[in-house]
Amino acid sequence: MTLAIAVAVLAAVGTYLIVRGGAVRLILGFILLGHAANLIIIAAGGTFRREAPLVDGGVVLETMADPLPQAFVLTAIVITFGVTVYLLSLVARTAKRSARNAGEGGAHD
Amino acid sequence: MTDVSFLTTWVLPAVFGVPLFAAVATFILGARWASRLIGLLVPIVVFVIAVLLIVATADGSVVVAQIAGWPGGVSIAFVGDLFSALMLAATSVMVFTCLVFAYSAGLGMDRWFIPSVSIMTAGVYGAFVTGDLFNLFVMVEVALLPSYVLMSRSGVLTALRSARLYLIVNLTASTLFLAGLGVVYGVTGTVNLAALAGLGIFPVVGIAVGVIMMAMMLKAALVPTHSWLPATYPYTSPAVTALFSGLLTKIGAYAIVRIISIVYEPGQLITVIVIAVCVASMIVGVLGALGEGTIRGGLTFQMVSGMGYILVGVVLAGAVGMAAVVFYLIHHMIVMTSLFLTGGSVEHEERTGVVGRLGGLAKAHPIAAFAFFLSAASLVGLPPFSGFWAKLGVLTAAVDAGSALVVVVVLLVSVGTLMSMLKLGTGVFWGLPKGAREDEDTPSDVTVVADTTAGRAGATGTAIDIAAAVEAPPMTRWRPFLVFPGLALALLSLGIGIFPEWLLDLTQTAGESLNDTAGYVTAVLGGGS
Repeated sequence: MTLAIAVAVLAAVGTYLIVRGGAVRLILGFILLGHAANLIIIAAGGTFRREAPLVDGGVVLETMADPLPQAFVLTAIVITFGVTVYLLSLVARTAKRSARNAGEGGAHD
Repeated sequence: MTDVSFLTTWVLPAVFGVPLFAAVATFILGARWASRLIGLLVPIVVFVIAVLLIVATADGSVVVAQIAGWPGGVSIAFVGDLFSALMLAATSVMVFTCLVFAYSAGLGMDRWFIPSVSIMTAGVYGAFVTGDLFNLFVMVEVALLPSYVLMSRSGVLTALRSARLYLIVNLTASTLFLAGLGVVYGVTGTVNLAALAGLGIFPVVGIAVGVIMMAMMLKAALVPTHSWLPATYPYTSPAVTALFSGLLTKIGAYAIVRIISIVYEPGQLITVIVIAVCVASMIVGVLGALGEGTIRGGLTFQMVSGMGYILVGVVLAGAVGMAAVVFYLIHHMIVMTSLFLTGGSVEHEERTGVVGRLGGLAKAHPIAAFAFFLSAASLVGLPPFSGFWAKLGVLTAAVDAGSALVVVVVLLVSVGTLMSMLKLGTGVFWGLPKGAREDEDTPSDVTVVADTTAGRAGATGTAIDIAAAVEAPPMTRWRPFLVFPGLALALLSLGIGIFPEWLLDLTQTAGESLNDTAGYVTAVLGGGS
């Protein structure tokens, strides 16, 4: 239930930030949405199973954590991180160009 | 079945690996002739692999590479069936021709261009051979990240704005895809496509996979989620538009075909949904194409319309419909890329893509006019072009399925396609030369300029943006390789139209194996090889 609420809040805030517009809000919104998706995957593995998934005899399958969703999430986090860095650099570039264009326009006026 | 063990272990993953290594090599080498050569070699290598795969799977068998030798169901499998093989072959041809065009247009000088294209194609080829939904997500991301770079490399502010819209749309789709993966895993405990076979009969699985289908629909630009495509694709350089049209939306189409064919059973609610979406795509796309005022603007709407034609067969008449899907997909890739390349060559030579400023160019660019005529006739579906057989296939499937709605819409929209291509053709190649048209068009152009400078342009798509976004270098000499790629693809479409039997046979087999997925499932899960 905690996870469901967390996903709901993250998705709601993320969507709000994206539709509000503005470059930085947009990026923050997508970061939050990405977290929401990651939590869904973690929840899919079952949060009640917490033991380390090492098959060395001492672990019961019922309490063993599912390693696959964790691997998924790890991959997804890396991808989201890369995209975020790219987005930020794109925003910085756009801002610089806009500023320069505005400056040129001002010089002509 | 021929002995294909060598294909399974190394060659199938190679379609993903070779372009990746090429990307690293070309990045280190920088913008030199060696990089350009490597860039051209990669699609050739992939094409050879694809032909080997077609030979190996022409009897409907399925080639599987269980990565790291894990047993089926545990490993992340690379799967090659005839559909994948045909897609690989078609895409590699598209990449090769687009690269020739791009080099001729001067993009080969950009240090980032060839590595970006290599990585992008790695993702696309990978998506065609992966047998795992999460791996599909990764492949799609691998293809998308360099596409962001390519999209925003045009260097003009308007291009950056449309690049932002492109990013938002694709990030939304990716996030939705990821969430859908979580739901599918939570419901079924697997994301291996073969293990999900037929599970769509359970509503909860059907809905979970439906989330992924929605993400793919957004990427394929089907109708309720299509409007981003005409607002972004025309605003980058022509070569990149052609590449994207041949590759990226087609990943969405491929994934939709693959997932529907494996997961869902015919006769479910999905049949109604797919027909509704596809019919709407055909109609809205063609109407949009009629209203557009630029070459590439009109063509991107034709992509939306074509996506409806491609996918409607997925739920019609089983194997016949699936065969129509595969044939139409290949035909559409060839023809749309040809049109974008031909249109792009005109844009480069005349330095604008606004139809109102062009006209009477058939004399100045006879080869481009000829290529445009061939591809446009093929897109409309006139015999003896590949489009005729493609539309005939869709119509046959619709008649077999008894769907009068699809038959009527396919025929009516073809008339609309004819009109929009006539409009483009007369506006660019056969109409009055631009001098004679200048007076009537000038006032509207001025308003457009005022609109743009007001800063509202962005994604709404005014004609002048494209003119600004394309930084064509000044014409100093005739560049034959600007028009030959488009002409070659147009002639390929004509060739397929005149000799369609071999491709019809192949797509027939591909359609049968898509319709009856037992072979696919056994090959992936059944511990084979």
